[in-house]
Amino acid sequence: MNWTWFHKLGSPKWFYQTSGRWLPWLALAAALLIGVGLVWGLVFAPADYQQGNSFRIIYIHVPAAMLAQSCYLMLAVAGVVGLVWKMKLADVALQCAAPIGAWMTVIALVTGAIWGKPTWGAWWVWDARLTSMLILLFLYFGVIALGQAISNRDSSAKACAVLAIVGVINIPIIKYSVDWWNSLHQGATFKLTEKPAMPVEMWLPLLIMLLGFYCFFGSVLLMRMRLEVLKREARSSWVKAEIKAAAGQLS
Amino acid sequence: MNFASFAEFVAMGNHGLYVWSAYGISLLVLAFNVGVPLLAKRRYLQEQARRLRREELK
Repeated sequence: MNWTWFHKLGSPKWFYQTSGRWLPWLALAAALLIGVGLVWGLVFAPADYQQGNSFRIIYIHVPAAMLAQSCYLMLAVAGVVGLVWKMKLADVALQCAAPIGAWMTVIALVTGAIWGKPTWGAWWVWDARLTSMLILLFLYFGVIALGQAISNRDSSAKACAVLAIVGVINIPIIKYSVDWWNSLHQGATFKLTEKPAMPVEMWLPLLIMLLGFYCFFGSVLLMRMRLEVLKREARSSWVKAEIKAAAGQLS
Repeated sequence: MNFASFAEFVAMGNHGLYVWSAYGISLLVLAFNVGVPLLAKRRYLQEQARRLRREELK
């Protein structure tokens, strides 16, 4: 396997230029996919035979919840990369992804509560799946708070990386909570080994929304990371040139 | 099309309030997440533009 791309990630300049080319396309893909998924899920997908139309909340609840977990995995991977290879960009990615992941967890929890009321008759139950998702939210808060509390960048990066790696134990707990414990929450919609239990008119818009949410995450993460790179590398000459050009357009 | 009329679409079979509040809150959060980095970048560039002008005056 060719690892040049990985070593190039060590260069903030290379990252800034490459991500600048990718970002518009990623954002366009996110807007298109989420737009199509929204209309398809809200208007065209058939109603559920038990839950009626309230099931349409699935089209935001599941993508947000999956993204919240993937984002935490990404935090842990960035943590390992940062600790092992001392890659500065890994800490930028970790710090910038944490707030987005926290917001995705909030969406999953809030839409879950709104979906729970008509389906289970309760906004909240101390169920394994719900509780482990709440813990995920607190883990995100922990990473964000830790990153902001330590002013020395190297120690803050190290502390956040360790917290992200330790907290990743929660991810399999979330994933298997519905199998391990007696849960109100329904099982996974998508499995790698089986066909979805839903008809195709129901899961296809869900898949589109899922892709849309991942593209959304990618675009927002790149936007945040690019700004952070500009701030952290403010002393290098390429950033000075970049700032001069961008600030010149502004004034 | 799963709905016969627009009114039916809005009502969502008596689950309108749940469906629309869930979608509304989520879209607000998504929009917020797009807005924050955009505004932060603008603010940062404005700061830098002011700094560059100050340095030119000196």
